Amino acid sequence: MSNAGETRSVIVERTFAHAPEKLWRALTQPHLIGEWLMQNDFAPNVGHRFKLRGDWGGVLDCEVLVVEPNHTLSYTWDFASDDPNFALRSVVTFTLTPAGAGTQLRVEQAGFRSDQKQALGGAKFGWEKFLGNLEQTLARLE
Amino acid sequence: MTLAENLFESLGDRTRRSIFERLAVEGELTVHALTAKAGVSQPAVSKHLGILKGAGLVRARRDGRETHYSAQPQALGPLVDWIGFYGSFWREKFDRLDELLSRMDQ
Repeated sequence: MSNAGETRSVIVERTFAHAPEKLWRALTQPHLIGEWLMQNDFAPNVGHRFKLRGDWGGVLDCEVLVVEPNHTLSYTWDFASDDPNFALRSVVTFTLTPAGAGTQLRVEQAGFRSDQKQALGGAKFGWEKFLGNLEQTLARLE
Repeated sequence: MTLAENLFESLGDRTRRSIFERLAVEGELTVHALTAKAGVSQPAVSKHLGILKGAGLVRARRDGRETHYSAQPQALGPLVDWIGFYGSFWREKFDRLDELLSRMDQ
């Protein structure tokens, strides 16, 4: 594929009715991260290597890249696999911006190769999600 | 018919979808093993497997008298958009984050 070297990003934004300081805690304290994202051994120090463990048994290899308290958090989000379709190297960046009494949270996940459409970060979770999405897609077609 | 249309056609049937899902999750299975839970006859399962095979979604491996079938996830390439997958992944995680924030102390 000619554009195999290009990468794409996922960007999701939402405004929460909570202060940036509170969001920052949820993003950086391991027991809180575990409640909304995945089990982990995160520490808010640049260069710290940690793992995110999914309910489906998959393990993501991560390294902290940027820590600007209450503003920016960035880490790598890699999934090792011998199958190039499933291997993933990406960077996740959270950006917090005050919005009235709340906070706008933006997550950008960058590094998806454009020739790598079916890599789902691996294993069963991916399949279940995929099949769920497929079900919806098919329902729309009918 | 394009490849994507062929895939949609193949997976447009509920029984075929459940056969494919079992192969994707459980790995290689024989027609007998698939028939035991499919809720349809063995000839029907074989016919569904033939259609899935035609779309490149399953592979057959002959071993003695038994044929073993396995899912070929790479065939799904035209249907699966990783960008869409992680988009819904983060939206779902943000829902959980919102619930967590509501439970947390100021």
